[in-house]
Amino acid sequence: MSARYQVIHDTHYQYATAVSLAKQLAHLWPRDCAWQRCIVRELNVEPAPTQRRDELDIFGNPLTRLAFERPHEALRVEARLDVEILARPLLDPLQSPPWEDASAALSYSGAPLSAEVLEASRFRFESPAVRLKYSFVDYAEDCFTPGRPLLQGVQALMQKIFREFTFDATATQVATPLLEVLEKRRGVCQDFAHLMIACLRSRGLAARYVSGYLLTQPPPGQPRLIGADASHAWVSVYCPRQGWVDFDPTNNVQPGLEHITLAWGRDFSDVSPLRGVILGGGSHDPDVQVTVTPAGEVAVAPERE
Amino acid sequence: MPDLLADCPPTPRAYHEMLDASGRVRPHWDKLYQHLERSSPAQLEQRQALLDRQILENGVTYNVYADPKGTDRPWALDLLPNLISAEEWQGIAAGVAQRARLLDSVLADIYGPQQLLADGLLPTELVFGHNNFLWPCQGIRPPGGTYLHSYAVDLRRAPDGRWWVIADRTQTPSGAGYALENRQIISRTFPDLFRELRVQHLSSYFRTLRETLVQQAPREDNETPMVVLLTPGRFNETYFEHLYLARHLGFPLVEGSDLTVRNATLYLKTLGGLQRVHAVLRRLDDDFCDPLELRTDSALGVPGLLEAVRQGRVLVANALGSGVLESPGLLGFLPKIQEKLFGEELLLPSIATWWCGEAPVLEQALEKLADLLVMPAFPSQSFVPQFGHDLDAAGLANLTRRIRARPYAYVAQEVAQLSQAPVWQDEHMQSRAIGMRVYAVASADGYRVMPGGLTRVSAESGAQVVAMQSGGGSKDTWVLAGHAALGEAPRPRPLGVHDVVRRDPHLPSRIVENLFWFGRYAERCDDLTRLLRVVLSRYVGDDDEPMALATALQLAEDLGVLPDEEEGTLEERLFVALLGEDWIYSLRANLQRLNWTASQVRGRLSRENWLALMEIQREAQTLEREEADLGELLDFLNRLLMSLSALSGFALDDMTRDDGWRFLMIGRRIERLQFLAEAIAGFLDGEAVQDQAALEWLLELGNSTITYRSRYQAAPQLIPVLDLLLLDEQNPHAALFQLLELEKALDHLGEQFGSQNELTLALLTDRLRLVDLGTLENALFGEAGKRAVLNGLSQLLRAVGEAAGQLSDRLALRFFAHVDASQQTVSS
Repeated sequence: MSARYQVIHDTHYQYATAVSLAKQLAHLWPRDCAWQRCIVRELNVEPAPTQRRDELDIFGNPLTRLAFERPHEALRVEARLDVEILARPLLDPLQSPPWEDASAALSYSGAPLSAEVLEASRFRFESPAVRLKYSFVDYAEDCFTPGRPLLQGVQALMQKIFREFTFDATATQVATPLLEVLEKRRGVCQDFAHLMIACLRSRGLAARYVSGYLLTQPPPGQPRLIGADASHAWVSVYCPRQGWVDFDPTNNVQPGLEHITLAWGRDFSDVSPLRGVILGGGSHDPDVQVTVTPAGEVAVAPERE
Repeated sequence: MPDLLADCPPTPRAYHEMLDASGRVRPHWDKLYQHLERSSPAQLEQRQALLDRQILENGVTYNVYADPKGTDRPWALDLLPNLISAEEWQGIAAGVAQRARLLDSVLADIYGPQQLLADGLLPTELVFGHNNFLWPCQGIRPPGGTYLHSYAVDLRRAPDGRWWVIADRTQTPSGAGYALENRQIISRTFPDLFRELRVQHLSSYFRTLRETLVQQAPREDNETPMVVLLTPGRFNETYFEHLYLARHLGFPLVEGSDLTVRNATLYLKTLGGLQRVHAVLRRLDDDFCDPLELRTDSALGVPGLLEAVRQGRVLVANALGSGVLESPGLLGFLPKIQEKLFGEELLLPSIATWWCGEAPVLEQALEKLADLLVMPAFPSQSFVPQFGHDLDAAGLANLTRRIRARPYAYVAQEVAQLSQAPVWQDEHMQSRAIGMRVYAVASADGYRVMPGGLTRVSAESGAQVVAMQSGGGSKDTWVLAGHAALGEAPRPRPLGVHDVVRRDPHLPSRIVENLFWFGRYAERCDDLTRLLRVVLSRYVGDDDEPMALATALQLAEDLGVLPDEEEGTLEERLFVALLGEDWIYSLRANLQRLNWTASQVRGRLSRENWLALMEIQREAQTLEREEADLGELLDFLNRLLMSLSALSGFALDDMTRDDGWRFLMIGRRIERLQFLAEAIAGFLDGEAVQDQAALEWLLELGNSTITYRSRYQAAPQLIPVLDLLLLDEQNPHAALFQLLELEKALDHLGEQFGSQNELTLALLTDRLRLVDLGTLENALFGEAGKRAVLNGLSQLLRAVGEAAGQLSDRLALRFFAHVDASQQTVSS
């Protein structure tokens, strides 16, 4: 089983005043992993950057560094991807070890660590967007009853967030603190992913933030529209026996053929699709359009009103 | 001084630096003790006064917290140095150097192969869980291979006489500058004793620091490396030290916005363009250094700095991310690591520490929690250290619960025993608890330890905490020379004619901009003070000159100095104009702006100049509305004018005439020209042009009363007054004088930076020069003709005032435009 998609991620800044100097970091190319292959990747940037360097960041994600040293009034960054997704084996949650054991396996004991555990340990602690508080321990208390298999507990947590939280794009911004999300019970995929990560890390578990795309289906009888999609985020948790396992609390699913992975890190701040510092510019709001099209289909431009 | 020890009994439970267990003075303290015994109370009082004066004069301060109103606290320095014998110092120095080498190796490992983590010698919790472990720095090898260029360690002496490590400072160790300042003051306070005891010098530490940075800085073959000192700015608690160190080391003191990264290379923005920076001695915390890759909410850093470091184009000292080693949780792991890496034992013991991340250790710590000090393992935690003995049962239970929820984030420590040292307080010798911070610096052949350090003193007797933030003081630390090691005289590289520098090559644009505004505000305060004095003196004076007062008031209103009549009685309006907190044109508001810009350029002002500014600030602060009456206010204005003219004297004679000075003077000229032109235009439009008393105040406003009197020895009349205030090229307060000086300065800038010519200004200068005051004599067209001439003159002056304002804007655009704020962008 496999699926193939074309993805277009188009970011457009129109600045109020000229920007004299800018640096941008783009996490817009998918990383290769066991269940995913990127066949075509392009990154079109306008104006032409003064410098551009493509490399891997410290978490192994493709990263493009862009610098603009001439005044410009707009910036367009367009990623065009052709990605193939392979089915991942389904895991039996009951086969996973008790969550306490998973946590203990990552805790310091003075014994040498395997490369895998050392790698997982990167994702166990506070990070810029994920502060650890008691509230997160409390919130997930009923999901992690003593001795419960880890993946079962994580599944329960995913369901709980899906059930109790409302998707609301107006409720939060990039910088909204997690405690506020928890209190309001509203947010977007990024908030739900951060919240779930906070709940897991508060219990000493390793959890990472995955940035990517999700195939959406147009309403029945209507064509697939350009720009109808958005970037997406979910969570991956480390299980000592099964390795990393993905969970999408926004949709209450375990990602399979419809999730396209871009990058992973400790939280959004490690893998923001496009982030930068500009000199000048005045006020600015990016216009972002994402289009995910299954191979063989065609997306059409929406009608202008 | 009889009975020195009356208030200084032996301290049986703590080690006493000066007294042994039986209360006898330790041998290495003998000379100091005898010196004090021989001194009369008056002599000691004199020494104390000398010390206090030096602190005040040098402007040594410590900001307790960020307060925009500027409450710098004077540095607290005790008269008596702490003495360490040569023999004892050898042990301390060897231990500190060893520890610095170890911590440097640990940094190299955790930002490199992470073998210590894989081997279980270091917990991942303490490294990856620390907010100063910077993932983007992983894999970066600094140029020169050193991570820890400067290091400090906090030591406490236990009752058994041994020194124990209680904390490591690896990020941006502070206090070395204060130690040097303390030394300069105390060595002058006891000059003979200082020589006699052969105290080891501190200067080699700073020389080594400079050499290391210069040598390790990456550069092209033909470049002389530029090293800058990066400060978070004047609100930092140790800003004084940044200033002091920058001056002592000869590094430009810069803020993040003075720097820019282009093509992975760091530059300083100077008036003459971008200049490459090869090394940065930073006093800015790890995660604030680069808003692009580190803390994105930091406004203090330099976007792209990390990439410049990664590409090996700039040295940052200490290496970014070095703060991770400041976690107290690490103390217990270091002995094993030292053994593993170097096969030896640590020479300096650390205080007993329980990192709660290991289950058995956690249980031990909880068992004796009441005797321990509990600290956060990471600076990002909002947890204030707590002494177990300060808590009741409920408090302990609460703390236990908190620790159990995330054990790896807590560290328990034995409560440090502090030794006692004599201090001089209230004319008596007393004992206080002390701790010592010792510094080491990397050199080509290992770490060198500063022979001395910052001794910190607890605020009260019996207190067990020494910290500058909590009101403690400091001491100079005298390490006595052994027989062999005499303090070497500093030997700087001899400079020849090729090294002669005639122009400061690193003048940051921000400094220039602030000098420009410093000039403008200084002059504006001067003008305002004169105008208010004119009004106030006419108002409280008993000479009956209603016309003079009325026209002066009218002018003050027209110039926006005095609030409108609806705002209250004249007296109330005058108070607002002088002291109004909310009136943005008030004298007080402008004095505040003057102080603010001055503090931005403090590094460029001489000590005397700075003192004059402090004086102005003090004066302004003493004035409170409810206390002052109009007579006092008038007196204040007179004193203020004196201080302000001192400032203008400093501007003329105390500063090197570099580009920064040129901008300061341009600022002053523009401001004065604008004020004069608008004030005289307003005067000419009014009804009092022939009124003697009014002309009198006009002269006063133009600071030309004396000149007029000596020239004419008669009551003022319109034509000679106008000549003196407008056309006299010799009068430094005349409008034409300002125009000609401005022209000269702008020509100079034009030659240097290729700025465009100021045609409007030249045109106006010519028109002013051609003004013929004779047309006012000639009554050919009677009074109407005279009015027309006056109107013409006033229009010309208004055009001059406007041109001055536009010139200011154009200069800002041309020279300061890249002093712009950067902002973050993020998109999903």
